[in-house]
Amino acid sequence: MGNIISAAIFLPLIGFVISGGFGRFMPKMLVGAISTLVVLCSFVCSIILFNNLSESHTFYKLILFKWIHTGNIDIEFSFLADKLSVWMMLIITGVGSLIHLYSIGYMHSDKGFHKFFAYLNLFIFSMLTLVLGANYVMLFFGWEGVGLCSYLLIGFWYENTENGYAARKAFIMNRIGDLGLLLGIFTLFNQIGTTDFHKVFGAAGSFSNGTLEIICILLFIGAIGKSAQIPLFTWLPDAMAGPTPVSALIHAATMVTAGIYLIARSGILFVNAEMASTLVLIIGMLTALIASTIALKQNDIKKVLAYSTVSQLGYMFVALGVGAYTTALFHVTTHAFFKALLFLGSGSVIHAMGGEQDIRKMGGLKQKLKITHLTFLIGTLAISGVPMLSGFFSKDEILAKSLYGLPTTGSVVFTVLAITSLFTAIYMFRMYFLTFYGNFRGTEDQKHHLHESPLNMTIPLMVLAFLSITGGVLGLSSIFSHHHFMNDYFSKLLYDRAIPHPSHFFEWTVLVVSAFLLAIVIFLTHKKYVNQGFVPVKDEDEKGLEKVLGKKYYLDEIYQYTFLRPVEWLGKVLYKIFDRSVIDGVVNFSGNFALSAGKTLRKVQNGNIESYLLAMVIGVVACLILIQII
Amino acid sequence: MILILIPLIAALINLVFKDKMSRVFAVSVSVLQLIYTGFILSGFDKKASGFQNSEFYEWYAQLGLNFSFAIDGISMVLILLTNIGGLLILISSLGNHYPNTARLNSLILLMLAALNGVFLSTNGLLFYVFWELALIPIYFIVGIWGGENRIKITFKFFIYTFLGSLLMLIALIFVYLNTPGAHSFEWSEMIKANLSPGESALVLWSFFIAFAIKMPVFPFHTWQPDTYSVAPSQGTMLLSGIMLKMGVFGMIRWMYPISANACNCNYYVFMVFAIVSIVYAAIIAIMQNDIKRVIAWSSISHVGLIAAGVMTWKAEGVQGGILQMFTHGINIIGLFFIVEVIERRLHTRDLNQMGGLAKNARGFSVVYLIILLGSVAVPLTNGFPGEFLLLSATFKSNTIMGIVAGLTIIFCAVYMLRIYQFSMFGKEKENAVVIGRLTISEYLTLGLVVFFVILIGIFPGLILDISETSVNSLLNPAGGQVIP
Repeated sequence: MGNIISAAIFLPLIGFVISGGFGRFMPKMLVGAISTLVVLCSFVCSIILFNNLSESHTFYKLILFKWIHTGNIDIEFSFLADKLSVWMMLIITGVGSLIHLYSIGYMHSDKGFHKFFAYLNLFIFSMLTLVLGANYVMLFFGWEGVGLCSYLLIGFWYENTENGYAARKAFIMNRIGDLGLLLGIFTLFNQIGTTDFHKVFGAAGSFSNGTLEIICILLFIGAIGKSAQIPLFTWLPDAMAGPTPVSALIHAATMVTAGIYLIARSGILFVNAEMASTLVLIIGMLTALIASTIALKQNDIKKVLAYSTVSQLGYMFVALGVGAYTTALFHVTTHAFFKALLFLGSGSVIHAMGGEQDIRKMGGLKQKLKITHLTFLIGTLAISGVPMLSGFFSKDEILAKSLYGLPTTGSVVFTVLAITSLFTAIYMFRMYFLTFYGNFRGTEDQKHHLHESPLNMTIPLMVLAFLSITGGVLGLSSIFSHHHFMNDYFSKLLYDRAIPHPSHFFEWTVLVVSAFLLAIVIFLTHKKYVNQGFVPVKDEDEKGLEKVLGKKYYLDEIYQYTFLRPVEWLGKVLYKIFDRSVIDGVVNFSGNFALSAGKTLRKVQNGNIESYLLAMVIGVVACLILIQII
Repeated sequence: MILILIPLIAALINLVFKDKMSRVFAVSVSVLQLIYTGFILSGFDKKASGFQNSEFYEWYAQLGLNFSFAIDGISMVLILLTNIGGLLILISSLGNHYPNTARLNSLILLMLAALNGVFLSTNGLLFYVFWELALIPIYFIVGIWGGENRIKITFKFFIYTFLGSLLMLIALIFVYLNTPGAHSFEWSEMIKANLSPGESALVLWSFFIAFAIKMPVFPFHTWQPDTYSVAPSQGTMLLSGIMLKMGVFGMIRWMYPISANACNCNYYVFMVFAIVSIVYAAIIAIMQNDIKRVIAWSSISHVGLIAAGVMTWKAEGVQGGILQMFTHGINIIGLFFIVEVIERRLHTRDLNQMGGLAKNARGFSVVYLIILLGSVAVPLTNGFPGEFLLLSATFKSNTIMGIVAGLTIIFCAVYMLRIYQFSMFGKEKENAVVIGRLTISEYLTLGLVVFFVILIGIFPGLILDISETSVNSLLNPAGGQVIP
């Protein structure tokens, strides 16, 4: 199995070297084909691993070499394939290969074609390292690696100045989280001298309560940065500056779920850390709600989806906070399907519109983009939680677990999440109707240019649409089946808290009520945006609440004035006043004193370097020779 | 000793050559030197504690001044750095058109001889002699080939570091007078000196100031940004890449073992200086618009972390410090060379005058990014393992200091990515000059740096293993002196 694991991880790295190093000299199709194939091979490897592991409760560990071995620190460069990492592998390489295939079409006329595929392959490699690393340091390698790829891909179109800022913002906000994760790793080292997953989990019982809470909170800070939660979520919407396939792969389906993976992986620690879990719960809940309200008033098709991602990640954190790690991973999975689908669909729209992303300038696209329209509709229905589609089952499970898992506060969390679900349906259908229904609001040029995307772009859409519909079978609720596939699969691996099963009555109620509410939402949004032809006003005409939401509660401005400006100010004061005047002033005072002494000394020197050099070297050599003789 | 003699004699011979010949000659000498270093490394026993390849010749016995040289794991790493760095610096200078290149090369070779001497000496006074010898060539390099305002800045630099050296000399002599039995400057005798805690503290502070000025550590740093930015690139590379490691090396080799008797509380003060350096320099680096100054300040910040880690006097910290000395040396040479590559074409170092350079600089933008990432300490580049060990040791020593030091991973990303963004990204400026193709010597220098960035990032053990045994045997006798 070691070879299979190595192949799965290192094939994308080889792909990166090929397209990065030699892509310039190869035809575009070849670069695209090679890059896609290596990820597809990885996917095949993942399936083989999955088949081998699903039978039994075992794992494969691959130790390559000792990375650091010094003092009390001993870190192996090693990979661990168990059910959890293989599950993530399937998502990463599966969705990954679809997105690679899609990108061949999407990027076909871009001059940085080979660079794009090189970065994508590097990303897959880093992401696989993240989920397959056998200790927290290996995880951190991948963690930073995906951050770097994200930086490179957000800044991919570097000629646009804005993109450079967006890329840097993403990297730095991630690094704030990374510091937390790193400190968590150090704490583990100080406590038990290792970060190997199995050893850490074996020692989980030996931590004092306080230490456990601290470790978990530090790990969670890492997750906040990477998975774009409050207060570090503002980088994700800006990250939409990258090409759309990147948004689908990195900023929706895989990288941003790394935080969920981290906590699910560390479940045995979190399940006993009540304070940390509560924090995860609260942050997740607030993020889910706040991001969904912002999404209500966004007019950029990708920004809506970005806030939607932030909000959905919030759901996953709620599940983690409740202690339902399997449920969180269930939502990770279904979300990967329908959000990748929606992003790729929006990419297809943007492609057809010649780069336009503003939904106010679209409309009526459903006639021209038939496949895109249909698949986008499926994605919209799935994320809104229409019963029997994948999103319904995973979201329903989160709602149920939070209601049943939290004796006192469960109903509050349940209500907040239910409201958020409603908002989700509203902003999704608002976007859907504005984009695909009504009259076309773009330019004549664009209208002329409108076309359905080529087959290599629509096939991934169709596959993902299929998965978005059927993904629910991974975790059917008890009214449909006695078997919950993911619960069975992860039963001996994840440390889910025991939460009573919801009653059939509850399940039916949720199903019926949500179907009813969705029908109302669809009816109302259809009436407003299609029948009445309402189009959101221009940015500068926004007023009141609309403006606050459009400006995402002025968070960027608040950070600007509370963090960035003070640091800039401090830098100026320290440099211009403190450093130049105070410290250097003292130095120069003593310096001047020395200078006057120097003036006297100068008289005995003639200023010719060669003579200095010669004298010095001859002197030293002479001494050496003298000694040898004596 | 041959390591010192090769560049020393070559420096002299080099004076007879014309500029063109001198370049070829200097590079070949440094290749030879590196081959010889490799030869020593291959014969070096990593498992043996204590010194190897010892050489001893009496010089001025009455003064206790002897030529005693020896290598242990710690100096082995630094010798490696000095001679790899020397080669990089000399190759990088091939593309320069300074007047009197032959003399410049001679001074660089002389400098390398002195640096090898500093790291190899096991006699206190000899250490001092080489320490001072290293100052002279760099003084001339900056003073003659430097930029605007060079005389004043060089003078300040010289006096400042000279003052530190004098303190060190006084400390050395004081310890010499207190060695048991006959007075001796030999390292093995000096560490046995009978010093009261008070005397130890005085010696400790004298050493500290001398070394802190060299590195430099806040608040002894004000000579550094001016000197670095005014010096010619090769001078800056020597100063930052190799010479500042003399300070850290001095701490590990001389300061700690000799003044082991002093109160631990001093180390706390030193650590505070180091931690302040990290954050203070990083914040200032963010505000600079001259790339060379950004990197100069970043060096203060990075060296602050090395100092903090070493001062924990834990195996992780000292090992991390040694590894980071090596990687910082290579990376900063790379970074300053990148500045020079840009300056050669654009004739400016002002970030506001740049932008969009990535467009016509394919190979350059890649190597630039990789070296930059090495400095930002992204995993699997060489900056990460050292930073990881240093931060881990600092955090273990003192939680608050560890967290504050950890801010470096955020700040460093801010200022490093800022220079990359402002120089490479964005729209091209009007009538912009392009980077275009790099010359062979430019490719060679940057290519070698990139090679080390990746090699050491994946296999940090290559360096760590060399110094492991020596660090352990150094730490264990002084085990009781560790900060809790």
